[in-house]
Amino acid sequence: MAKLKNLEAYREEIEQCVKCGACRAHCPVFGVEKREGHVARGKVALAHSLLEGEVDLEAKVLEDMSQCLLCGSCCAQCPNKVPTEEIVAATRRRIAEQQGLTAFGKGLATVLGRPKLMNLLAKSGGTLSALLFKRLPENSGLRLRFPAPYFEQGRTLPPITAKPFRERVPEIILGDPLQPTVMFFTGCGINYMYPAVGEAFLKALKFLDVTIIIPKDQACCGLPAVSAGAAATVEKLAEQNLAALTRHPADYIVTACASCGAGLGKIYPDMGHEFQGLAAKVMDIFVFLARHGLPEKLAALPKAASPVRVTYHDPCHLRNQGITREPRAILKALPQVEFVEMADAGTCCGLGGTYSVYHYQTSKQIGARKAASISNCGAELVATDCPGCIMQLQDSINHAKGPQRSIHILELLAEALPALD
Amino acid sequence: MLSEQIISELKSIVGKHNVTTEKADRICYSYDATQKSFLPDVVVHPGTAPEICDILKLANRERIPVFPRGAGSGFSGGSLPTRGGIVLCTERLDRILEIDEDNLIATVEPGVVTEQFQKEVEKRGLFYPPDPASLKFSTLGGNVAECAGGPRCVKYGVTKDFILGLEVVTPTGDIITTGGPTMKGVVGYDLTKLLCGSEGTLGIITRIVIKLLPLPEAKQTMLVLFDSIDGAAQAVSAIIRGKIIPTTLEFMDGRTIDCVRQATGLEVPEEARAVLIIEVDGDREFLDKQVARIAEIIRPLGVVETRVATTSEESEALWQIRRSVSASLRKVNPDKFNEDICVPRSKVPEMIRKVDAIAERHGVAIVNFGHAGDGNIHVNIMIDKKIPGELEKAEKAIEDVFKGALELGGTMSGEHGVGIAKAAYIPLEITPLAAEYMKSIKRALDPNNILNPGKIFLDEANPAGRGE
Ligand SMILES: Cc1cc2nc3c(=O)[nH]c(=O)nc-3n(C[C@H](O)[C@H](O)[C@H](O)COP(=O)(O)OP(=O)(O)OC[C@H]3O[C@@H](n4cnc5c(N)ncnc54)[C@H](O)[C@@H]3O)c2cc1C
Ligand code: SF4
Ligand code: SF4
Repeated sequence: MAKLKNLEAYREEIEQCVKCGACRAHCPVFGVEKREGHVARGKVALAHSLLEGEVDLEAKVLEDMSQCLLCGSCCAQCPNKVPTEEIVAATRRRIAEQQGLTAFGKGLATVLGRPKLMNLLAKSGGTLSALLFKRLPENSGLRLRFPAPYFEQGRTLPPITAKPFRERVPEIILGDPLQPTVMFFTGCGINYMYPAVGEAFLKALKFLDVTIIIPKDQACCGLPAVSAGAAATVEKLAEQNLAALTRHPADYIVTACASCGAGLGKIYPDMGHEFQGLAAKVMDIFVFLARHGLPEKLAALPKAASPVRVTYHDPCHLRNQGITREPRAILKALPQVEFVEMADAGTCCGLGGTYSVYHYQTSKQIGARKAASISNCGAELVATDCPGCIMQLQDSINHAKGPQRSIHILELLAEALPALD
Repeated sequence: MLSEQIISELKSIVGKHNVTTEKADRICYSYDATQKSFLPDVVVHPGTAPEICDILKLANRERIPVFPRGAGSGFSGGSLPTRGGIVLCTERLDRILEIDEDNLIATVEPGVVTEQFQKEVEKRGLFYPPDPASLKFSTLGGNVAECAGGPRCVKYGVTKDFILGLEVVTPTGDIITTGGPTMKGVVGYDLTKLLCGSEGTLGIITRIVIKLLPLPEAKQTMLVLFDSIDGAAQAVSAIIRGKIIPTTLEFMDGRTIDCVRQATGLEVPEEARAVLIIEVDGDREFLDKQVARIAEIIRPLGVVETRVATTSEESEALWQIRRSVSASLRKVNPDKFNEDICVPRSKVPEMIRKVDAIAERHGVAIVNFGHAGDGNIHVNIMIDKKIPGELEKAEKAIEDVFKGALELGGTMSGEHGVGIAKAAYIPLEITPLAAEYMKSIKRALDPNNILNPGKIFLDEANPAGRGE
């Protein structure tokens, strides 16, 4: 049975924090809010106090714990690699466990003064926007990410597709038997919002003539539920995905969503040894393409006369795994692209699982910095590898009234590849 | 516990969102990088100097201690609320007010983070050299209050060498200014220098006037491996005797290399028992010559290998080795006491020998690295507190290290300050008369002992000195 680690199991990691304060330089939330409770050091101190029984799950603790994007920027730079994002997620689970899922919402609601809204959120379903949600299954993480109030706040959202990606494509697409077999874990973003990215994924892999399996019964990876502290949901989804993804043999399980990759590759293995084999096969699409010689093949294509200027945003969940070169390598090799690097390409876009739902104002401020970087580097497009980031980046650009568009690298890749019959 | 009345007065001074008594917030402002923790009664976030005046007046009236706090990255407990009371944060005072390119000076608020300031001035071709290793997160106010130093101090000096003037709220709640935007100034006592390094005990800094330099055109970094610590130490003296002042002269001893090798897989030959990282800066054409000259001076001193960085990435890689030291040490032994003694530059080899002897005598592992160029050695006593008796051994060793440094004409702390961590050792370094001279300044300026009480000097409230 899948079982997530509880807070107590993180005691050793919590005690690794030496209170140096280095995370103050890297936490995007702290950068905007400038309060110690919002930085990793403060959250780790609070988690420790919770373990020691020095503080209860009072409203302020809930608020501080909600003030986290789970982006892992702190951990990446921490001299002792304290995994604050995991510690915060475990604390959120404890909150949900002890006070019910709604209690977390309630705690937040007191802070934000909008109890009704928060209850709605915490129940993650219920009477949410009919328009949006009749098209999303009950257990999709997107329900946690886009509750109804988004529309009131003037948020740019991509349309929810009438026909999800996985319903449009066959479950198995045969390729050259000498090539590896790739299982495509689509994630909710691609399945419900960006089916074109899914199509582009297929085009790229068909170009390499690999066999592709797209299991119909795969579910949400569970990352938004991790963010919301909904342990049981995460565990259930993990079980469901384990069954779906092991039904056919495959060499790789490939994602085109950084968050899904982190969910399967990083969160699942903690839930039991049965997930470790699965996690070992998980690979990001650009790592796969880079290892299978795509940049070289692209370099052979004739260059476009007037290329489009494109910059790259590092999704946190790729950057934390050290995957920064491969997506850039593909972008740089594209014949129609002139690559430009932006300042702070590796800082979080500000979406942060369910973060931007609860803290849209702060999330917007974090996004505004990103929008400025994009604009300053002179790019026309910002490409990335995560539907969540794409959505947040576009929203940030729109708030800044910028002309740029955010896009998945795969869409640019599909454009460059010759049409297949 | 403070009364409702006092809390509501504080709220009326700084606004209700900037005062908090919630347990969670008190926990978050209870610690610093010493890892000690004391709960304050209330945390306040003032936004202006006049607000700070009002807070201090209230504190004097009600006899509530006030503890100024920047980023809380201090290594000596300077910001810790050892007696409850008010933690006064400078997080909201974070504006760069002016960068004056005509006079090469800047005016900032104390909560500005050091690196952010450096980036801003560098955009204009200007340079603020002090570079504590904490520069990405420590505040300029904290840097001034501790007189922070860093690798570049060999050539450029420490924080106080760049501070022209201050605006300060006195312990009794008045605003004064010291110094000013001129390069010279001898009217009255030099209060600016007095306040630099005063560890938040003599006033709360609310504005800082900073001297800037033109940004050097280029820099070059070299990493030199020596077969003995003596060779490396002699190299430092030889370079300085050769009338070259590099920007930085950092060293690591053999044990540090072992730790880094073990933790990061760094490729360094076994025979290397010491490392120097030497950086020079200035006009581009002049750098190659300097590097060649340094290489020539140190050649006879047991050089195993020299790596010269030719690109900024390569230079960054060399510095990364230095930066990985702290974390690497921890992997080898869980608890470390990081002392930052400073001796005259020529005494570095002798000091290292003394430290080795102390380590042996007390049976503890001691790792040395630091800023050899200015004689500032980070002596790290590595123990596992969970093993009975280790802590006592470490404390004895620390005292011997301090005594050893003082015997050589050195000081107990080159950068980190006294705070509570070293308060008990003050009598080793400062004579009773000099200490009394200092304490009478404190008494005169802070008659109610409101501002950061019990720091630097022990008092009734902090008799043990080391805190919890
Ligand atoms: C990883 C690491 C590396 C470090 N490296 C170095 C180094 O290389 N060199 C070095 O010198 N130090 C170093 N330090 C120590 C520390 O960063 C410095 O002492 C720094 O100057 C403290 O700044 P802060 O903003 O964190 O101040 P805090 O720790 O918050 O406070 C330090 C002291 O300043 C006082 N203070 C803060 N703001 C004000 C103000 N506005 N007015 C009056 N008093 C005030 C406080 O009361 C306290 O006594 C390091 C620390 C860490 C954790
Ligand atoms: S950087 Fe890591 S060790 Fe340092 S305070 Fe933050 S979490 Fe703790
Ligand atoms: S995970 Fe991200 S938002 Fe959360 S504390 Fe770390 S850096 Fe801050």
